[in-house]
Amino acid sequence: MLTAHWLYGISGCLLLALGLRTALLHDMLLQRLIGINVMGAGVFLVLITVAYRGPGIAPDPVLHALVLTGIVVAVSATALALALARRLTAEQDDG
Amino acid sequence: MIEVMASLLTVSGVGFYLAGSIGLLRLPDLYSRLHALTKADNLGLGLLIAGLALHTQDLLIALKLVLIWLAVLAASAASAHLIAQHARRRETQS
Amino acid sequence: MTAMLVLDILLVLSLLSLATAALATNDARRSVILFMAFGLVLALAWGRLLAPDVALAEAAIGAGLSGALLLTAVRDQAHRALRSSRKPVHERGRANLRVTLEWTVTLLCIALAGLLAWALAQAFDRAPKDTLAQAVSANLAISGVSNPVTAVLLNFRAYDTLLELAVLLTAALGIFALGPARPGHRAAGPVFDGLARWLVPALILTAGYLLWVGAHAPGGAFQAGATLAAAAVVLRLAGRRSVGLPTGHTLHVAMVAGVSMFLAVGLGLLVLGRPFLGYPPAWAGGLILLIETAAMLAIAATLVLAFFGGRPTPAPGVAEKTS
Repeated sequence: MLTAHWLYGISGCLLLALGLRTALLHDMLLQRLIGINVMGAGVFLVLITVAYRGPGIAPDPVLHALVLTGIVVAVSATALALALARRLTAEQDDG
Repeated sequence: MIEVMASLLTVSGVGFYLAGSIGLLRLPDLYSRLHALTKADNLGLGLLIAGLALHTQDLLIALKLVLIWLAVLAASAASAHLIAQHARRRETQS
Repeated sequence: MTAMLVLDILLVLSLLSLATAALATNDARRSVILFMAFGLVLALAWGRLLAPDVALAEAAIGAGLSGALLLTAVRDQAHRALRSSRKPVHERGRANLRVTLEWTVTLLCIALAGLLAWALAQAFDRAPKDTLAQAVSANLAISGVSNPVTAVLLNFRAYDTLLELAVLLTAALGIFALGPARPGHRAAGPVFDGLARWLVPALILTAGYLLWVGAHAPGGAFQAGATLAAAAVVLRLAGRRSVGLPTGHTLHVAMVAGVSMFLAVGLGLLVLGRPFLGYPPAWAGGLILLIETAAMLAIAATLVLAFFGGRPTPAPGVAEKTS
């Protein structure tokens, strides 16, 4: 086990917990969304750390592809959530 | 010799970055902070890139690095202008 | 080796402190800006962990586009819905309940992190089972591309990418259904206009380069699509209303371009007696580039729609004929 493995792996776990806590507890929707994004970043960090094999050794491309997909899906989900929030504001302003 | 030059340039670039960052933290108002940030960092990046370009000794990579510097110069000049303009507008409104 | 260790520790500490700062503040704008900085540091971490493809996507999407999306959201709806229905806690009992709840959730999150870290440690203790990575490198020669990540995305696991594009399309349709786009920005001053004038062509060129280079170096449809979308965001901020995004049927075609090109190639191969999306090695490079071009257009259209925040409305009168 490399030093980088546990440094980045544990940080990924911490980011996941931090994001999850915010997503569950924060009062503001926007911060909850950012919390979910931080959670996602934690998961990505864990995956990329698992893919890492050490300096000079080719890492696992399957996990890299997975994370690449994840980043794009995360941004589209965030965009959909923001559009929903905007519609919610409009409804509340009407009513 | 070239190695020494490259290290010297890189270290002095980092020095400018440090000065810019201290300025960002210590200076009193937005305009002087912007000044510290953009001027010192652009020069710092320029020195850093000159050092890296010497270090690689590859013309293509050196060209790419210079391209990065130019893009950052334009972007930071424009964004500093926009931030300052916004702040100025807000001041004159209130 | 110690220099690398110092870099690692610095990166990890900045990641954790930026995330904590972004999530601890109640100021939405501050939170978004800290999150953007977090995304940039994360891109550095991807570079450090030898994942340049992911680093490019993170810098363009995670830090750039999500930041732009979130900042626009802060700007135009700072006041109501985002500060969701927080009920004032008058009663003491409710306040106690909330504190208990917060502690419970925090402890559970810590427990989750610990459990995950323990599982990871177990996994790292064994020698990695590289069967998938080995399969990729063994078959890279017949994949049509030499960048292993592109080979996985567009060839070996093309199903996943097809379904991902379907997810993107679903998100775009959702945004479409939720209402009209927010009004555009007013025309920018000469400085930003001047920047946009050369930045946009440069970004379009970069997108084309990234698309092409993805076959053998870091890059590909995702990074190219994000760069193209960034060009549109710059144009939109500079006051161009439709930023060249087609309206009506052409827009619909652009949105479904990725999925339909994937399906057309897959079904075409079925007709020729190959498995679905099982490219013949001789054609693989060309077919991958074809699919990636369509996917880039679809990704860019989706991300631009996301930045618009809704269905683009036709311009009033004839104001919009240049784009």
